[in-house]
Amino acid sequence: MAQPIISFKDYGFQYRAQASPTLHHINLDIYPGEKVLIAGASGSGKSTIGSCINGLIPYAYPGENTGQLLVGGKDPKKESIFTLSQIVGTVLQDTDGQFIGLTVGEDIAFALENDCVPQDEMKLTVEETAKLVDIDHHLEYAPHELSGGQKQRVSLAGVMVENVKVLLFDEPLANLDPAAGRTTIELIDEVQERTGAAVIIIEHRLEDVLWRKVDRIVLMDEGRIVADMPTKAFLTDTMLLEHGIREPLYLTALRYAGVPIREELEPQHVESLRLSGEHKEQVRAWYRDNEGRGGADAQRRDILSVENVSFGYTPEVQNLKNVSFSIKEGEMVSIVGKNGAGKSTLAKLVCGFEKPTSGRICLAGRDLSDDTIKERASQIGYVMQNPNQMISKPLIWDEVEMALLAGNMSVEERKERVEETLKICGLYPFRKWPVSALSYGQKKRVTIAGILVQQPRIIILDEPTAGQDYHHYTEIMEFLKGLNEQGFTIIMITHDMHLMLEYTPRAIVFSEGELLADTTAAHVLNDPALVQRANLKETSLYTLSMSCGIENPQEFTKRFIAYEEAHRKGQEG
Amino acid sequence: MARIAILNYIRRPSPVHELTGTAKLIFFIAWSVAAMVTFDTRVLVCMLLIGAVIFRISQIRIRDISVVLGLAAVFLLLNNLFIYLFTPEYGVEVYASRDVLFPIVGRYTVTAQQLFYHLNITLKVVCVVPIALLFIACTDPSEFASSLARIGVSYRAGYAVSLALRYIPDVQREYRNISQAQQARGIDLSGKDKLFTRLKNSVAILLPLIMSSINRIEVVSNAMELRGFGKEKKRTWYMQRKLQRNDWLAIGFAIAVLAVGLAVTFSNGSRYYNPFV
Repeated sequence: MAQPIISFKDYGFQYRAQASPTLHHINLDIYPGEKVLIAGASGSGKSTIGSCINGLIPYAYPGENTGQLLVGGKDPKKESIFTLSQIVGTVLQDTDGQFIGLTVGEDIAFALENDCVPQDEMKLTVEETAKLVDIDHHLEYAPHELSGGQKQRVSLAGVMVENVKVLLFDEPLANLDPAAGRTTIELIDEVQERTGAAVIIIEHRLEDVLWRKVDRIVLMDEGRIVADMPTKAFLTDTMLLEHGIREPLYLTALRYAGVPIREELEPQHVESLRLSGEHKEQVRAWYRDNEGRGGADAQRRDILSVENVSFGYTPEVQNLKNVSFSIKEGEMVSIVGKNGAGKSTLAKLVCGFEKPTSGRICLAGRDLSDDTIKERASQIGYVMQNPNQMISKPLIWDEVEMALLAGNMSVEERKERVEETLKICGLYPFRKWPVSALSYGQKKRVTIAGILVQQPRIIILDEPTAGQDYHHYTEIMEFLKGLNEQGFTIIMITHDMHLMLEYTPRAIVFSEGELLADTTAAHVLNDPALVQRANLKETSLYTLSMSCGIENPQEFTKRFIAYEEAHRKGQEG
Repeated sequence: MARIAILNYIRRPSPVHELTGTAKLIFFIAWSVAAMVTFDTRVLVCMLLIGAVIFRISQIRIRDISVVLGLAAVFLLLNNLFIYLFTPEYGVEVYASRDVLFPIVGRYTVTAQQLFYHLNITLKVVCVVPIALLFIACTDPSEFASSLARIGVSYRAGYAVSLALRYIPDVQREYRNISQAQQARGIDLSGKDKLFTRLKNSVAILLPLIMSSINRIEVVSNAMELRGFGKEKKRTWYMQRKLQRNDWLAIGFAIAVLAVGLAVTFSNGSRYYNPFV
């Protein structure tokens, strides 16, 4: 066998700023031309492995290592980060941050500029590389004129100009809508085919990465490699959930139905599954047995109604076009659609951050047009995507109390209200803690508590689970569901199709500023035309149910979710 | 996103736009030096007229840059006011004569010499500001960094300018988002509160903004290092253009203005043109 291009031998690493090592006894070889997925929950050490490979460790993040690491036959400790950058090309998670040039062309050329490549040659290389990733018609564009998927193409081209031997992707799917994520995985596949580079993808969204062939999966937990197996063999194992990763939905469904997952099943992709007649019958039987799971919804009254609302940030562009819908009290609703479809704009209009150019927004039948942001905030709360964008006090108590200080409440009243809110959010034991001591998911709770303390009737959340592994995802979503059961109306803007199916009965779909559909979440993904127009993606449960001859995939999904929930409760109780 | 741009690159077809960034930068520097050094009214009036012609050619309209022009006007007014308040007799000293037009109060009188001095100060600013604004409005930001590098500024410093141009819009957008979300939590910046409360409130927006900016800086500097920034002593530039005939003409013209301006200025042995003798 050929020489590995990357080779970890009993490697351990400890960041200088940390008390204990982040990586322990890593043994990992990656060969030229391979495609390897490194999966693991947040904090498992998977990103640290990435930083070891591209040289950020020890160059930007100093620390102590044990054992040995060779990248392209060289020891990163002895080489500069520049030598490594010619072997390993890295596409960072934050494609906005990685976009350094003022235009696409400049950004792709950045590495060549640093190499002192003459301009004529540089222009030629940029042109060719841009063609490879299909961005050659946008060379003059500025970053804010591009979609998330396009920015990722630029990032990829920017590292490909160096003819690197390894392409490293750090959570490439985190900021993309479902269809753009799928295209990215296809693009990575094509690029690998053309360049023959080894590809390493660090990602916890297993099912999405498996959309194209992956040779090997490495699973990390607590700084150790817990599995390193060919994809097929890996999927037959049930270890994923224990390590905080969601296994592909179709495999979970097969397991529920009692179908044993073996390599002969070709389990790496839902469309390649080789199910025998017997297996299909098992799935159908499971479907029949679970009839009646997932109940009907009660009739409620409207709380929020949006009537013929249009809006544009500039007079030339309409970001929202004549949008109307209403939301009932106590509902939990998803708003979905591709990046830039107008979802966040809508949230801003509802909160009063921007004023509609025409139409009106009513809360429980009362027109909100003349209410200020502050007046609306006591009724409608808005939680931003990243908790760090909201937290401005060092202590949890102060952070939650902040919104109350502006009113004329007495000290006792405030204390009572904050305590009550902290209890609802499960933060009461931490009330004296500094915010910085909390995990990401707990910080998210703090920001939600900071909103809840104003006792709004509606809470709007922007991408509540973006970038979260399965464990944190469940933690945040179960918390929101609990709030919903206590009577809060919850509206979520999301890219996650399974979140929409699992937690929100109803979905509102946007595309290009227009409301495309307002229907049940299950129905949204059952309409291929709608899925395509809104840049969404059907889940693998649909494909599975169809291939087993179950004609109502909506109902199949519904029963799956209800079964899973009962299963989860059973485990806890 | 709402347009917050006060002064930015305005793409229009004009000979001024077509000049390379390097030529425009040299022109701007020569022009500024000339206007700064001279107090010769004849030179300043000539420069003002030439400046007006260039402005005309550039296709940039007054209203494109009206906000900044307004600010400059305010500064100019304040500048004149303070000069008069502190040195009401400076003109008399410079021009070595004293023609009182009318007295105001105490040591403050209006003299022809002081007025003439103020006229010159004002002319100097009026000569430089439009050319400076033109330089910014007509130069593709992508060319800034390479232009600076070509006249000898370290490319690391030059690239800092470029990065600022790249990320300022992002930070502005972030500021807007954060301030909206914080306003919804009772943080009022509209001016109804007392100054101290408002200052305290602005911390609620600045803290998250600073945290996210620090985070952004880390990402950007990692991304740059991973792609070899700082590897060599020099670097090449994707957007740099070769100097054409017109560029050389513009540079030559600017140097001529500087030379002639200085020659005329110092022909009488001082920086000042004195009509009072």
